[in-house]
Formats: sequence, structure tokens, C-alpha cells
Amino acid sequence: MGRYGLLIDYEYCSGCQSCEVACKEEHGYPVGKWGIRVFNDGPWLVDEPHDWNWHKIPVPTKLCDLCADRVAAGREPTCVHHCLAQVMKFGPVAELALELEKKPNQVLWCPR
Amino acid sequence: MDFDNDIGKPWRWTEEDGTVVTRGAAWSAPGCHPTGCGIKTYVKDGRLVRIEGDENHPVTKGRLCVRCLTLKDFTYHPDRIIYPMKRAREDRGLDKWERCSWEEAYGIIAENVGRIKEKYGAETLLAMTGTGRMTQMAGVGAHRALGTPNGCYAQSGFACYGPRVSITQYLLGAPYPEIDFAGGLPGGYDDPQYQVPEMIVQWGKEPLVSNGDGLFGHAVLDLVKRGAKLMCVDPRLTWTCALADYHLQLRPGTDAALGMAMLDTIIAEDLYDHDFVDKWCYGFEQLAERVATMPAERAADICGIPAEEIKEAARAYANAKPASIAWGLAIDQTVNGAQAGQCILSLIAITGNFDVPGGNILQDIFDGSGDKVVAGLGWKLLPDELKEKVIGLEEYPAYVNMMLRAHADRALDALETDIPYKIHGIWFGSTNLLAPTCSAQPKRWYNAAKDLDFNWVNDIFMTPTAMALCDVFLPISSCIEQDSIVPTHYGGTPNYYSALNKCIEVGECKGEFYNYHDMGLIVNPSAWTGDNACTPMEFIDDYFVGGTGMNHAKLREEVTHQRVVGYRKYETGHLRPDGMPGFNTMTGRLELYSYAFQSFGEDPLPYYVEPPFSPVSTPEVAERYPFILTTGAREYAYFHSEGRQIPYLRELVPEPLFEVNEADARAKGIKDGDWVRVENQFGFCLLVAKVTNAVKPGLVHAQHGWWFPEEDGEAPHLFGVWKSNINSLVPHSRNGKLGFGAPYKCLLCDFRKAVPEDFENVDVEGVDQPGMPKHKYDDNFYRLDKDESYQGASPAAGEGE
Repeated sequence: MGRYGLLIDYEYCSGCQSCEVACKEEHGYPVGKWGIRVFNDGPWLVDEPHDWNWHKIPVPTKLCDLCADRVAAGREPTCVHHCLAQVMKFGPVAELALELEKKPNQVLWCPR
Repeated sequence: MDFDNDIGKPWRWTEEDGTVVTRGAAWSAPGCHPTGCGIKTYVKDGRLVRIEGDENHPVTKGRLCVRCLTLKDFTYHPDRIIYPMKRAREDRGLDKWERCSWEEAYGIIAENVGRIKEKYGAETLLAMTGTGRMTQMAGVGAHRALGTPNGCYAQSGFACYGPRVSITQYLLGAPYPEIDFAGGLPGGYDDPQYQVPEMIVQWGKEPLVSNGDGLFGHAVLDLVKRGAKLMCVDPRLTWTCALADYHLQLRPGTDAALGMAMLDTIIAEDLYDHDFVDKWCYGFEQLAERVATMPAERAADICGIPAEEIKEAARAYANAKPASIAWGLAIDQTVNGAQAGQCILSLIAITGNFDVPGGNILQDIFDGSGDKVVAGLGWKLLPDELKEKVIGLEEYPAYVNMMLRAHADRALDALETDIPYKIHGIWFGSTNLLAPTCSAQPKRWYNAAKDLDFNWVNDIFMTPTAMALCDVFLPISSCIEQDSIVPTHYGGTPNYYSALNKCIEVGECKGEFYNYHDMGLIVNPSAWTGDNACTPMEFIDDYFVGGTGMNHAKLREEVTHQRVVGYRKYETGHLRPDGMPGFNTMTGRLELYSYAFQSFGEDPLPYYVEPPFSPVSTPEVAERYPFILTTGAREYAYFHSEGRQIPYLRELVPEPLFEVNEADARAKGIKDGDWVRVENQFGFCLLVAKVTNAVKPGLVHAQHGWWFPEEDGEAPHLFGVWKSNINSLVPHSRNGKLGFGAPYKCLLCDFRKAVPEDFENVDVEGVDQPGMPKHKYDDNFYRLDKDESYQGASPAAGEGE
């Protein structure tokens, strides 16, 4: 088996944090521990008058197991399933890398 | 990579290990708008073990926000009230609740309600309701369950949705026209009938977070990904504003000026749809003449946006075919909102975007859903002499006749002055109005309600409102503990409706509508017996999907039913009860010049008037309180005052935030995370600074809904409800001419770093207003539109023609 990863289109991540909470519910992580966190960069002005940089970027943590139990049962990870903005994909890194090639403002994480 | 899913599975199945999976939809509780997101509940041995989004839902497709993801924590929270409780009247404010049976609780309610009705009349009972939840329909609770005409939503000027719905009814003869996000079409965005809009305008609305009234907000993002351009009209920089192609960052409360200027540009540059205007609009010439008084150059000064930006935005909207405008809460939360709404409807109309695929869509009048929601079947059962006693009817018929509810500000006036009559009791239907949710001046509501003869509440948790004011507490079910129905926009748009499917029981909790039925049977039996007899399920079916031929038993199998109603219904006769083409108005056309407004003494055409407190209308106040304050932007974590006791939600937003620009924070020596004291001429509160570019220098934003379930619940602290109560700064009775709208989003304030003494005084300061006669305030029955000093200060307060 090759390596698996999460491909995230951060151009459209709205910062809803469903991934964070779905992960906590799935794994029972307590307050103060996360399997994935949404980091915030912005808003800061790139150019007057309305060109802003504002990215929300979900980052899997040390506790991310890529939902091993769910995936073993044939299901997609819970963060991917519940993402309101539908910006997350799970799969073999080789497959996701091809997707990454197609569009900018994406990031491919390989937590394990 | 392909995964397994549950597409095509029935509404309920049992897994190998005995877990029962049920598909259904969410509404309330936990509170949300009637968006009806699809959920799957996994129940083992009668207990909810997990919840997931249902990928079968045609719109939400398995996605779920944090409030439903934590439904299990909400359902089984140790603080949840799951049995009826009672408390002696003299113990209000003290934690001396005792568990009782439903029978005893209803008995206490029946005895008190019966006595009040007999001695003083049914109209002396108020039925207060919250927003968005199942229980928001004051009509059914007040009129049918209780038998009083005085259902009431406590928000000053009904400054949420009601104004938009009413304005639309008066100008178009239809409910609020939602943007077309293909919610009613089986093929969704790819349905052959649908067209992805070239542009979506979010005007005073952030639907991604709010899911307002049934618009699944992330549909906007879905459409942006499919090529729709985005325009945002918002004083703040939200994440979607940063994503947008156009951001009109106007001064709060100046929307009508911007709308007029956009109309003027579109008309002057001949960018409007001549065919639609000729065939279906009334009063175009008059509108053109009026908006010519507000060229972009003038609006630029008022709104604080360069004239060329306004013109470019107008051109971009007019040239996009189709285009839609999602207009939101901010329109309701100004006194000039009726006119701003009038401008937005006129923009949709003259660009030909009404009821076209990808435009703003209208309800089919023969569709049969939602037509009972306001009337709630109860209004017609009230005797005429009671209907005439509804508070505010004479003064604000445009409000009271449309909403069939007491005018919020006049209800507080009645409580404080006994005019037109003394109020003797209040039923709080899932509303926590002492928390900064809806009511303006919540300490006044507290003072006015705390000595009434009898108050009772139905809710989920012990709220400050329940603790402070009530004698009986009725525990309410969550959306997975009852069979019910959720129609988007309360039935008012042709999208979809879904089944709430019961899968667990918790304690002795009861669904809102089941409570209406059972309580009504005891306290207002004539509305529930004889010809009016029904089971709770029949009541729910009739109420939500009465004329459609659908009922819960059928809907449960389907879970979500898409309504698939046609476009351009002004051509097909589906907007008028007589089946003739046209709109359901006096002229049969969409009224750009409104005879309805005129009949209420309002200007038939849009005009601009300054917010009641602004650097322009009250420069002397602005000198003392130089910052423009806007309130109430939504957070994913919370629905108004709900959710603070859910650990995973509280972790997302632990403290009540006050957004302040970096330059302003620096000038005041305030750092991110500092507690600040925010105050204006009406009150003060304590909030935590969030230093951000989301607000421009001179503008600040305060979160609403805050109380602290972890703190002392007893009076006077009441779970810290006064500490961060931003509605203390919102004035009473500053409404538009029709009685609608209030300046929740355009006030003035100042702030400084908080000191320890600020926290010591917060519970008591202002509660009893020392030195002020207890039940008299100088703004009881105040009319902004009749205040000459205010009119004089406004640059363009248009008069009727």
C-alpha cells in the first residue's frame, strides 16, 4: 500500500471548522486536542482597495490517523465527508498529486 | 478514490450490530433556521451513538455544520432540562426549581391562565417567541394554543425577516424571493432547467454562516466554484467579501442610498430590461424620477464608497444574466430598511431577474405549502373583539396585520405603562430574550416582566430568561426526538421540505408542536376540539404542508421532497389567486411605486434617511460616542444565545468578541484579548477585543447572544447575562414609519480598556435604573418619524407625494 493524503483546496475553505469538530466527535479528542485545525492567514491587504489575502487552511495534526477505522470500513474520513465547502479529498498521494497539478491554491498533506 | 456511501438507502435501516440508522432532517432544537440539512442518526439500545450528514440530501449532500455535528453532546448534556419543573412565584431568580409531571405543569398553567383570562381578558397574556426555531410562529402558540391575539417577537421593529417578508408582500404580493440555488430541482445545479447565475449579490447577508431562513449558505460557494461572480454589500470585511469580485463597504445603515444610486445608474445608462418593465412593473417613471435625486456622486458621500465603484457595481449587476440578490438581516436592522428593501426589489425587477432560473424565485401561490404559517390556523378562531385588541394595530397596521403579532416596542410600552392595558402574564416560547438575542434594552424587559402574575417557558436549557422570570418550565425535544416537518423559508419559497424523524427519547421532553397541541387542549380547548380536533401529527401535517397532498407519513419515506415549481410564474398565472397572469397586487404588476405603502402613510417610493444616531444625524452624540457600532454577525459555533454550554462549540469561540481595527486599538492602548468596556447613551457591556482588519478604522462590531452557563445562575447575576449584553446599547422604539426596523446594526459607541470595577457593577447597574420611575421611560411610545429634531437632521427624508 502506498501513502495516503488529504488534498485541500484552500482557495475555497470557508473556515467553518466542521472538519475540526467532526474529527473530535469521531475520535473523542477532548477540548484542547485536535486531529485537524483550521489556521487563519488574514485578512491583510495585498493591494488597494479590495485585494485581500484571507486564507483558512486546515492542517492535520499529529493525532490525525486519516480516519483509519472509517477508511478500513470503506468510508471516507469524517472531515472530508462533512466539509461544508467541499474542499477536501482523501486518497493515494499519487492520485491526489495529479489533482494538485490541475489547480493552484491547493495543499496536499500526508499526515502519516 | 471511491468510497462506500448510503445513497439510495431507505429512511431507516438496521446494521449488522443492531444499530438503527435513521435518515431525517434537522431544524430545532438545537436552534437553526428551517434549512433542513440532511442527517443520519445511529442509535443503539435506544441511545444516540453518532450523527453524520446524510449524503442523500439533494442540497447538503452529507455536509454538516458544527452545531449538528455536536448534536449528541447537546442531546445528552448534563445541564439539559428533561423534565417539567415548577417554582413558586416568589422564588423567581432563585434556583428553587422542583421536578413535576406534565399534568401538574399544565394544571398550574391552566389555573393561572384561566384566572387571568377570566379576570382581565385573554389579551393580557403575551406569547413571546424566538427566531428561526420551530416555535417562532407566534401565531399558532398565541392564537391557537393560548387564545390571545398578542403573540410577540421581542425584537424592536421585528428587525429580522419580518420586514423583508412584509415589504415583499406589499410590493409583489409574494413571500421573500430567495436566490435560486436549485434547491427545488432534482438535478441540482446540473438540472436542465437551471442556470448558474453570472452574479450573486450578498447584500447585508452572510449566508455561509447564517443559513438564513432556509438558504443553505454554502450553496453560494458551490455556485462561485461553478463560475458565479460574487458581490458583497457589507460594512465589514467577511471571508466571502475577501473572496468577492466586488465589495461595497458602505457605512452601516446607508443601504437605501446605495440602492437608489445603483438604480439611477442602471436607468440612466439604459441597462434595464425594457420588456420586463413594460409588461410587469408599475411606476417605473416615478421610480426613475425619484432615484435621479440620488446620483452615485451623492450616494458616495453618504455611503463612503467612491462614486465610480457604485456605478461599476451597478453596471456589473445589470449586465450579469441571470443575477440574484440575497438580501439579509442588515436590511431589517435599520429604520430605513423598508426603503432599502424597496430598492433591492426594484433592482431585481428592472433587470428582469424575477423568477428566472438562477435569479430570485417566487412561491407558487397554488403550491399549498406555508400558507398557514403566519396565520397558524389560530387567528381565524379568535373572536373579532380580541383581534382588535392586538397591541399596536392602530398605530402600525402594516406590521401588525402582516405579522399577526403585537408590535414589539409597543408590547414593552404596554408592560411599562399599562397602556393600552395591563399585561398579566407571559409565555416564553423558546426565547431567551434577556440574553442579547432579540429584545432591545433587555434590562427593561426584565424589569417589566419580573413582577407579572404568571410567566412560563418552554426551552432546552435553564436560560437566564427562564431563571429570572418563570414559574413553570416545559422541556422541549430536539429535532431527532420528534416526528415533524421542516419547510425552507417556513414554506415561502419553492425549494424543498423535509421530515424530522424521531429516533430517540430523552427524559420527558416534548416537541414544540406537540406542546402547542397538548397545552392548547387544556388552556384553549375550543381551538382543539369539535371541528378543530386533530392529533398532534395531523396538526403538524396541516400546518406545514396542508395544501400539498403531502403528510409526514409519506414524507418520512422520501425524507426530503423537492417542490419543483415553474419559473416566470407572472406569465403562467401562478402568483395570483385568480390564476391570471401578473403579480398579486392592487395593480396586478410589481409595484415600483407602492400604493400599499401609500395607504399606510408611507412614501410610495424609496428615499434615504440617516440612521437615528450617526455622525450626520446626531453630530453631538457622535462627538461623545465617535465609533459606529454594528452588532450580531453570525458565528458557525452558535445559533444566537444557544450553544455556549457545548464544550466543542465553546472551544471555537470561548469569549464574546468585539472587533476593532488595529489603528483604533493601538490609539486606545488595547491589545487583542483585552476586556473592553463598550458604552453609549443607552447602556454598556464588557467584551473581549479582537483586533482585525475585518472592520475599518472608526467601525466596531460586537457579537450578540452571550451569557455564561458556567456562572452563577441566580439573580442578580443570572449566568452573567448582563455582562456582555450588547443589546443594552440598542435603544427602544426607534423604528421606521411602518413600525418595522430598528438600528441594531448602526449605532454609536465608545470604548476603553476594562478595569476590575467594571465587572463588579455589571449585574446591578441599570437593572433598577435608580432615580427613574420604575415603569416610565421618556421614550415610551416614541416615534422617530414624528421627531422633528431627527427629521431636520436627515438630508433626504422624503415625504409622501
